[in-house]
This record gives sequence, structure tokens and C-alpha cells, in this order.
Amino acid sequence: MTEEITVETTTTGKPAADPNAPLVEVDDLQITFKTGTGDVHAVRGVSFDIHPGETVAIVGESGSGKSTTATALIKLLAGNGRISGGSIKVEGTDITRYDESKMAAVRGGVIGYVPQDPMSNLNPVWSVGFQVREAIRANGVATGKKNIEAKAIEVLQQAGLGDAERRMKQFPHQFSGGMRQRVLIGIGLGADPKLLIADEPTSALDVTVQKVILDHLESLTREKNTAMLFITHDLGLAAERASKLIVMSKGLIVEAGPSLEILQNPQHPYTKRLIAAAPSLASRRIHSTAGLPVAEGADELDMAALAERHEDTEAAVEAAPVMISVKDLRKTYSIRRGSFKSEPLHAVDGISFDIHKGTTLALVGESGSGKSTAARLVLGLEPPSGGDITVGGQSMAKASAKQLFDLRRRMQVVFQDPYASLDPQRSIGAIIAEPLKVHKVGDRASRHARVEELLEQVALPAELAHRYPNELSGGQRQRVAIARALALKPEVVVLDEAVSALDVLVQAQILQLLADLQEELGLTYLFITHDLAVVRVVADSVAVMERGKIVEAGSTDDIFENAQQEYTQRLLDAIPGAGIEFGN
Amino acid sequence: MLMYVVRRLLQAIPVFLGTTFLIYFMVFSMPGDPVLALFGDKTPNPAVLEAVRAQYNLDQPFFVQYLLYLKNLLTGNLGVTFSGQEVSEVFARAFPVTLKLVVMAVVIEFLLAVIIGLISGLRKGGIIDNTNLVVALVLSSVPPFVALFLAQYFIGIKLGWAPVTVGANATWGAMFLPALVIALTIYVTGMRLMRGSVIEAQNADYVRTASAKGLTRGRIVGVHVARNSLIPVITNTAASFGALIAGTTVTEGIFNIPGIGKVLFDAITRGENATVVTFVTILTIMYVIVNILVDLLYAVLDPRIRYV
Repeated sequence: MTEEITVETTTTGKPAADPNAPLVEVDDLQITFKTGTGDVHAVRGVSFDIHPGETVAIVGESGSGKSTTATALIKLLAGNGRISGGSIKVEGTDITRYDESKMAAVRGGVIGYVPQDPMSNLNPVWSVGFQVREAIRANGVATGKKNIEAKAIEVLQQAGLGDAERRMKQFPHQFSGGMRQRVLIGIGLGADPKLLIADEPTSALDVTVQKVILDHLESLTREKNTAMLFITHDLGLAAERASKLIVMSKGLIVEAGPSLEILQNPQHPYTKRLIAAAPSLASRRIHSTAGLPVAEGADELDMAALAERHEDTEAAVEAAPVMISVKDLRKTYSIRRGSFKSEPLHAVDGISFDIHKGTTLALVGESGSGKSTAARLVLGLEPPSGGDITVGGQSMAKASAKQLFDLRRRMQVVFQDPYASLDPQRSIGAIIAEPLKVHKVGDRASRHARVEELLEQVALPAELAHRYPNELSGGQRQRVAIARALALKPEVVVLDEAVSALDVLVQAQILQLLADLQEELGLTYLFITHDLAVVRVVADSVAVMERGKIVEAGSTDDIFENAQQEYTQRLLDAIPGAGIEFGN
Repeated sequence: MLMYVVRRLLQAIPVFLGTTFLIYFMVFSMPGDPVLALFGDKTPNPAVLEAVRAQYNLDQPFFVQYLLYLKNLLTGNLGVTFSGQEVSEVFARAFPVTLKLVVMAVVIEFLLAVIIGLISGLRKGGIIDNTNLVVALVLSSVPPFVALFLAQYFIGIKLGWAPVTVGANATWGAMFLPALVIALTIYVTGMRLMRGSVIEAQNADYVRTASAKGLTRGRIVGVHVARNSLIPVITNTAASFGALIAGTTVTEGIFNIPGIGKVLFDAITRGENATVVTFVTILTIMYVIVNILVDLLYAVLDPRIRYV
């Protein structure tokens, strides 16, 4: 099955010698993976062009084939994958038949590559300088020890690594994620390639770091007139950074064209769904859809329709009794420095907040801000160094062991990674029933009935109880984790980045599920996240954390419309596509 | 780093005391009177018997014997054998022989493990890989002494390619066959480690990034795949070095190599407490030191590891 799409391209930057000659022409590209259960056609006939100096973004969910398409351009598909049809012309020559040694000449020099995860993409046993020099030497950009060294320093400085000369001798583990990504960008651009493939280059980084890195990447590629192919699942980011957008689903291009046009006036139903599901700053708080007319054929949530139901809940929030009250909470760790010395790290440094019953407080901040530590303290997973937490009138500091055990029953947690938080050796039914067993609730039969009821609550079929986690998709797994959290009929659920690992469509479904459950069961949520766009749609109030302290707190609308602190403003500004109005 | 080494050496003290005590106790508890055994069929004069016992402190209670022994050991007096030789001299003669044998075995083992493991890992699932895995299974299931006897019989006696017995003249060449056989019986662990790491490293993100830089295949394999995969293999080999030095008794017995294993075996059969305990003590200390070196080596190979 092939879908031909003609795209009128807009070229940014200076025109090349022949402005009509594309740098890369992909024609009817097909990619097949051999698996134990037969061939999987990951990419099924994809065609597009990239012109010199142009920035193109491929957007899609995981499994859409976007990354596979990108890695095919430099023929670095995983071992069991191969190009099974079509052609990829780079500067007019088809590279699909190139062998490894010919590809080595294309890679680096003609097409550079910046990978997704900065933590795993640098070799841990070689110094950073070694890994940059190697890229420069391989592409013949400089010769001779001194020149290569000088060029390596230059490349790293351009990528935004200030003290490059000193840091060349250091190893990757001595660098932060953002610094490593700069190194990888330096390596990718080191040989002045004509095209740079950036495969989700910032999805592992904090929003503020993401913005800095992307700004830098943009100015570098503009300066050198490098074409760029962006792979991302983030529509806002794509719209902001690319002039041309390609939307992929299930191995096919469903829509392509100028970015803004697509986002504001999407034609294909899939693109429409993707845009509707993407939380943005313009979105409103999600409420239960119960009683809402179901949109035609839509099994996903329509954010716009929900926004209309946005009532003035603030008064209601104030009226509800306080469920969780945190007073001057502190947690200090001691960090080793050298052989004997250690210094204190104030992970949580005197924070106070209240959460009213049936409402959601979002605790936001960058990595290292202390938000996850705060969640662990509230759950009683770690003893605080100071301060107190009161849950439903019960002080945790004064609680006996028995009372703490009972408190645990009233507070449950859903973690970020649905792949790591479910025991692969146990059936879904056993996983959901475990909290009931631990707290000796009911007998075998009643627990079994409760599992079925919970599966229904999270909209999963009852048969799933006998299946195992590896047979489920990411979204289904997260529903199971939610069902497990609800098993003991808790009053409080702590959601620690519970939707961060999910694709945008699945994320929207889970957020809707959480909103429905909150209304139905009167749950109180503590929502930990770094994603402010999500906060906008789930939270009643927001507390912004920076270096262990709450720097700003207030109702969601106040914070988003009228942030007082510079730090909060910076977080808001860093959200990709913040200023773009999405269409429907 | 220095603190770490000092701490590890301090930890070795209780290990040293515990080992010497256990060995001394076990040798002490062995049945039979070693002094009587010295005289064979003859009935010795009780006065002579008494004198010999006193000479070796054998007339003392166990704890006194042990403490006297420790005192001698710490003052550098390693005692004398029944035949009147200094134990330190005996050790000095036997040790280089064993060291030669073990160094040769370990070098062969390392080369086999790295080369076969690398080729096998790069061609996972191919003919070479499958053949290698079957051969490895066979080799690792043969008990070492059986392999040694078979090699001695077929290669030494039938084919005459190598000396059947080494004897006093323990040259590198003479000991090549036993070293090769030892290597073949132990290389499988290292080879599997290498193969596994190579397979894993090939799918690592940093290897894909290395390819994306435009490096040649040879450089990717050599600098990124093999280098990273060597870490577990080297530490495994270094650890087996310590174990081999203490474990050559069977090999040296079969090939009549005058190394530590053979001397130790003879001393045990004669009930020569001083020799047995001294040898075992030195081997223990060496084993502990080799292990510390292995841990330090790990930090050299993997920059992420730092000892404080």
C-alpha cells in the first residue's frame, strides 16, 4: 500500500546552487523487520524530499515508523531490519545498495546524526575528547594531531560547551544530560554535514534545557545552512522548529505540508486526533465526561469540548476539607565528597502546601528540584528530616507503626514507567490483587470480584486478569497500574510522572480516566510532573519547586496567566509551541 | 585510592589469621604420627623420638604450636622440612616453576577467550558461533585431570609431540602442553563473557552513534565493541590467575612438574606441618593481593569506577 503525497516545500535559509535539486529524495521507502512471529512492515511506502537548508519534522506516535525512517537514511537499522523496497537518493545517488564502507563515507560527512538518549549514546570508557576527535578524523575534516584537537575544541564550543578545552579529558559520566547532548550535537555537526538527523534530540531533557539546546541547534544549522530532519512526538516542538511537517502513522505518511498550515488546518482524521489530544497552554482543566454527549466516533477525548465544560471550580476547591497538609517538610541527604568529607544536600527544604479533598495539586519543577523526593515523603516511603505531613487529620510524625500501615492503605501511587512498575512474572490479576492480599482484605472470591470491578473501572476487559504485563501496550499497562493503586479504595493517589512516558493519544486517554475516577470516587491527587502543558489540563492548583523550595504556588489559572516568579515564567516559556494556536 | 588499598590490606589480616589457623588445625588433626613415620619400619630410640618432637615443637599443645609457628612466620623464620631444607628455599625453587606454568596457561586462556568470543559474538547464530558453543560445552564438561591424562597419552606418548613428563628441567617448551590443556579447560567462562558482551555492545546506542560518525567497521569493532567487552574478560582472567596458582596440584602431579602443587602434595602426605602451612599461607596472601589488583584493574579499565 503506497500513499503518494506531493508537498510544496518552503525552503528556509539561503538557496543552494540549484535550488530545485533536493538534497535527499526518499521514494516509496519500505522497511521490514524480521521477528519471531514473521515479518513486520514498519514503513510501508514513504516518500518525501529534503532540500538544502530546510528543516523538516516527522511527527508520530511510537511505532509509527518515524525513527525507523530516519535511521534508514544512514542505514543504521537494527540488526533484524532491512530496506525492502523503494529508494533513498542522497545528492542524486541511491544509497540503498551501498555497502558498509561506502556508507561510512556518507555517515558523518554528508549526513550527521544526533541520537535521542544522551545517557546511552556516548561510550562510557572513552573520554569525551577521544569520541569527538574520532568523528573529526574519520571524516577528514582536519589532519594532524594538533589540527584535530583544535577542531574538536571548536566543535564543542560551537555546540555550547564553554570550557571545552578542559572538559575534553573528562568522561561521559562526569557530564550532565544536557552537556552530553551538546557533545552529541558537536559530534553530529563536527564534519559539517549537509543534513543533520535529530532523533528526539531533547526528549530526555528538562524543558528549560531543551529550549536552550534547540535554540542552539537552530542557530548552528542556520549559520552553516545545514538541512535538518527532526523526529519528534511533540507537535508543539515540531511546529515551532520546522518549516515542513510530515505526520506518520502505522508506517505511512498521512499528511505533509507546511507546519503551521497543518497544525491550524489539519485535513487527515489522524492528525486531527493528534492535535486535539495534545495538551497545550491554551487547554483547560479536564473534567469527567460522564453525561457529556459522545463525539461522533471518537474514542478519544476532545479537549476543546471539555474546555467548554470548565466551570468555576475554585470556590468549590476552597470549600472542600483539607485532605493532605504538609508543614515545613524537609529532607536532607549527605553526599560524599572525597574520602572523608560529606556535605548535606537539602533535597526538600522546608515546603508547605495543602491539598483539598477531591482536588489535584501539581508539583512541578525540573529534575533535581526535589519534587519526587517530596512525593516519596508524602507516601511515607522515606522518613522526613523535619516537618510534618497530615493526611486526613492523622499526623504521620506522631503515627504509630500500625497507624502508618493503615495510612499507607489510604494513599497509593502510580509511577512513571509502566514497563518497570509491573512485575513481569505475575499475571495482571495477581498484580492488582496484591495490595488487597497485603492488607488482608476479603477472601479469594471477593478479591477476584474486586479485580474484575477494578479492570472495568479503568476500562480494560476482564479477560486481561489472566494475561501478563508483556502482552499489554504501554497505555494498558498504565491502566493496570492505576487499577492496582485503586484496589484499596484509597483517598489519595500520588501520580509520579504517571503520563510522561506515554504517547500523546494514550496520554489523553489516561488523563481522562484519571479525571473520571476523581469525580466518581472523590480522589485527591498529588500530581508530580515536569510537563507544564499536562499540568494545565489536570491540576486545580500548582506548586512550582526549585532547588528543594516552593517558589510559587496558586491556582492553575493564576499561575498560567499571571506567573510572578521569573523561574515559573521560564518554565512556561520553554514549553514548545507555547505561542501557537492549534486548529481542529 | 590509597585509602582503598590500605583498607583492603587491613581486611586481609583477619583472612590471613583465619586461614593459617584453619590449615594448622586441619594438618594437626590428620591421623598418624609424622615423626614415627619418618623412621619407617625401624623402631626408634625414645630419646631420639623425643628430640625430634622437641625440634619441631610437636611436644607442645596445639595452641602453643600454632602461636610459636605464627611468631616464627612473622620473624621471617619459615621453618625447615623433615629433610632439613629451609621451607623458604623450597618455596623459592618451586614457585617460579608454577608461575611459568600458570602465566602460560592464563595467556593462552585469555587469547582463546577474546578471539573466539569476539568472532562468535560478531557472527551470532552463524556456523562458527554454533560450532564454538558445542565445542565449548564439550571442553567445559571434561574434568581437567581426564583432559590432562588424555593429552599426555595421545600427544605425549602416541604422537610424541611433547614431553610426557617435565621433571627437573621445567622449561617453557616442556610445560606448553599442560599449560594448553589447563587453558582449554578454563577458557570457556571467559569466552562466554566475551561473546555475551560483544553481542550486547553491538546493539548499544553508543555503537550506533559510532557508526553514525562514519567510522570504519574495523574501528567500530576494535575501539567500541571489543574495548568495552574486554572489561569482564580481563577481570575474570585475572581472578583465575590466583585460583590457578593454588590449584596446580593435579596438573603438576600428572606431568611431574616440580612446582608448588607437587611440593605441597608431597608435604601433605608426609604430614610436614611447617611446609604445608607455610605454603598455604603464602598462597593465601598472594590470592588476596591478586584480588585487590583485580579490583584496581577494574577501575583502570572502566573510568566510571572510582575507589574512595
